[in-house]
Amino acid sequence: MANNDSIPRTLLVAVTLCIVCALVVASAAVMLKPAQVINKALDRKANILAAAGLLVPGESVEEQFKQVTTKIVDLNTGKFTDEIALKGFDQAKVAKNSATSIALGEDDLAKIRRRENYAMVYLIEKDGHFDKVILPVRGYGLWSTLYGFLALEKDLNTVAGLGFYDHGETPGLGGEVDNPKWKAIWPGKEIYDDGDVAIELVKGNVDSSTPNADNKVDALSGATLTSRGVSNLLRFWMGELGYKSFLSNLRSGEA
Amino acid sequence: MSTMREALTKPILQNNPIALQILGICSALAVTSSLKVTLVMCISVTLVTGCSSFAVSLIRKQIPNSIRIIVQMVIIASLVIVVDQLLKAYAFAISKQLSVFVGLIITNCIVMGRAEGFAMKNPPLASFVDGIGNGLGYSVVLICIAVVRELFGSGKLLGFEILPLITDGGWYVPNGLLLLPPSAFFLIGIFIWVLRSAKPEQVEKEEFKITKNTRSVKEAF
Repeated sequence: MANNDSIPRTLLVAVTLCIVCALVVASAAVMLKPAQVINKALDRKANILAAAGLLVPGESVEEQFKQVTTKIVDLNTGKFTDEIALKGFDQAKVAKNSATSIALGEDDLAKIRRRENYAMVYLIEKDGHFDKVILPVRGYGLWSTLYGFLALEKDLNTVAGLGFYDHGETPGLGGEVDNPKWKAIWPGKEIYDDGDVAIELVKGNVDSSTPNADNKVDALSGATLTSRGVSNLLRFWMGELGYKSFLSNLRSGEA
Repeated sequence: MSTMREALTKPILQNNPIALQILGICSALAVTSSLKVTLVMCISVTLVTGCSSFAVSLIRKQIPNSIRIIVQMVIIASLVIVVDQLLKAYAFAISKQLSVFVGLIITNCIVMGRAEGFAMKNPPLASFVDGIGNGLGYSVVLICIAVVRELFGSGKLLGFEILPLITDGGWYVPNGLLLLPPSAFFLIGIFIWVLRSAKPEQVEKEEFKITKNTRSVKEAF
């Protein structure tokens, strides 16, 4: 039997093994990609519904999503736009392209560097009337960018729900943004106070005796920086550079 | 043929990887709070153990001794990535719950232990059966723990309500500890205790035994 331990032999086995394994892994990844993309899209839809508190578990997400109207908003004018086709719209790509986004510089509260000029928003109607709007939001926490959805009631001030579908915060600390108990304290909170963004995460329990309790949410314990990130991203996306003009247009029916 | 059957069934109770060899505890704590997730994890680990033992055994005569551990790791890691991709494609919700633990199958000592301890010295088919057997041994313990944890921790099994919770108007007050990982420690401990009471030959010999003092007190001073 040939000596397995010689150097050329060792190298040969190592290289061959790497090539075979790489082929196996790569072909699995490529072949399964389409199914995974469909799953991701479904998951996103489920998250949109969940943010608005409309997700009924066990029923087809595709079927439930039919109540949602998807539209594109021009964030500079604050109005709906038809300039960009809904099909194939990729907000992440739009945000990267310098022609369709603006650099933020000093105003970069959410630490996202560039803000897209177009955003995909989701409207929900109930009995023929506008009922809820769901807005995509994102911002930097401690380790990672948090991607989520904020749902607002028809007064466009009261929070209907907030949920993050992708983040890399510390499990058990910042990762508690996914905790259903914490998410449950969001509905009913108010974003604006006299036209200014007032919502913020604060240390300690918030009850009715707290001043401006409607604008305050109990922060995550042990996750100061993640909590600050959530505060900042809400202040950014609800502010002038975010959805503020769109929301006021929508309120007055001019969007 | 009898050795094949032995390789398959022996690891389930007689030579259980968790209960006797105390391997693979980490994932046994982490994924057993719901039965559905546990089942998927068990299938994944069993398949990976079986296939990796098969693959390692197939090339066991070619593997240079100096890099054998790395070769085994590469094979195991590749299989785990394939399993992870499959779960993401066909069981997305569960793969999200399992999250990092699918990737951590790579570090599950059972997989590596079988590759190094059995597959390096035995033919492919026997190694495959041995891998599947050890996977099943792991599964038996995990399923037992998951049944207890989900049933008494949240009053459900596979998501179906068995014990109506007091919060939903029923009578059962759930034991919150069972939903936390440390509870699996107690359960694994009880499992090992029961198993070793039934099969006393599994009890390990004491490494040191303190002998009685032979000198009288007077002599000592």
